[in-house]
Amino acid sequence: MTTIRIPTPLRAYTNSQAEVPVAGATVGAALADLTGRHPALKPHLYNDSGELRAFVNVFLNDEDVRHLQGAATPVKDSDRLMIVPSIAGGRR
Amino acid sequence: MLTIAADVLRELEAHLEAAYPNEGAGLLLGEAGAGGKRVAAVLPLANRWDGAEQYHRFLLTPEDMLRGEQEAARRGLDVIGIFHSHPDHPAEPSGFDRDWALPWYSYIITTVERGRAARSRSWLLKEDRSAYDEEPLVMAR
Repeated sequence: MTTIRIPTPLRAYTNSQAEVPVAGATVGAALADLTGRHPALKPHLYNDSGELRAFVNVFLNDEDVRHLQGAATPVKDSDRLMIVPSIAGGRR
Repeated sequence: MLTIAADVLRELEAHLEAAYPNEGAGLLLGEAGAGGKRVAAVLPLANRWDGAEQYHRFLLTPEDMLRGEQEAARRGLDVIGIFHSHPDHPAEPSGFDRDWALPWYSYIITTVERGRAARSRSWLLKEDRSAYDEEPLVMAR
């Protein structure tokens, strides 16, 4: 199975697991499997329209999947995915 | 509760004062325990938002976050939160802040008034993402 690394602030929703094994042939399927196993993660990863939140970045073996094929990027059992937040904000 | 030593807070404020009139930002490195979190060090970072909008926006990229996590691990710490400034504006989270926020992280917001750090407050996102709760920010020796 592929493993997904969970950032520290979201481990409260994966029973404190830093890495979660997931099934799926693509990045999108792997993320769907992750939120299927840990439904409380979903509102923090996806907005109300079902799109990944702007701060959610997914890296496949250290490369941002936006630079690959996004959610359609194929994954193999030996691959390692990482969810890495970007942080933005401002006064209004 | 978020505990921070006065000299660490001063380093955080100095970075935000240097960024004025733009927003400055960085990471809080420290430890989390049953009684709250303790900031052991700050990692000042460059504001990556497009330059013209930096007066009211900041951005830390995933590469910044990875670097921060590596730096924290090297010191036996965790990334426990984020700090940023609101130049000439209250140290309260905006709706935009909330859209981008993660649970569990402590968010220190510092008002920088006319170039001087005036007040810092810490905030935690509610579980349901609807708002923030203020987290007591306690000075340690």
